[in-house]
Amino acid sequence: MIKVQQNDFDIAKLYQQLTDNQLNPNGYGAIVTFVGKVRDFNQQQHVSAMALEHYPGMTEKSLQQIIEQAKARWPIGEPIIIHRVGELQPGDQIVYIGVTSAHRKAAFEACEFLIDYLKIKAPFWKKEQTDTGYQWVDARDLDQHAASKWIEQ
Amino acid sequence: MLTIVFFAQTREIIDQGSVNIEFTTQLKDLETLRLLLISKGDNWDLALQRDKLLVAVNQQMTGWDTELKDGDEVAFFPPVTGG
Repeated sequence: MIKVQQNDFDIAKLYQQLTDNQLNPNGYGAIVTFVGKVRDFNQQQHVSAMALEHYPGMTEKSLQQIIEQAKARWPIGEPIIIHRVGELQPGDQIVYIGVTSAHRKAAFEACEFLIDYLKIKAPFWKKEQTDTGYQWVDARDLDQHAASKWIEQ
Repeated sequence: MLTIVFFAQTREIIDQGSVNIEFTTQLKDLETLRLLLISKGDNWDLALQRDKLLVAVNQQMTGWDTELKDGDEVAFFPPVTGG
């Protein structure tokens, strides 16, 4: 399940969906979730607000492609990815990723893969309000590096 | 007709979210289209420098030598920063 939305999300409800879903059989005993929140600092600057832009249509497609890649690689159930857009404040939840599998290793790895690939492939852009005004966040080489470890030999 | 859309810094610098351009066979690939758009003015030149620019055709990221066809949706945007 993929959702790109302005509204906040409820982790307890998502956990229910992730584990009750018919696509995720009871034999799947491992559940790994990741939640990303808005920090109040970035690159040594205080951040007082954030705005997130996306490319409607392509964003959802690229998230679906990332999910398909994860499902081809690990024996996992149907993952959930929620990503918020619009105006956000420090402390707000931005992103949720939930993965189920029979055992923990596949669930941990697939969850990390999903967030690593989301960060370099899904069309979202962050703009931060700092003491010196609004500025677009620069893409970080560290994120490219994190994702590169999943390239299959 | 080509529909061309822009996001984030790229959209702000040219101050437009989208433009339509008549498709001609001279527009053989994305690099040719980029050069045509750059000729529209200094802010277009600034926004469409290749070193920090990604491009998608029909909502799929692709390379600069990708060939274009009538009806394509082309998107220019900076490296992504979600998550």
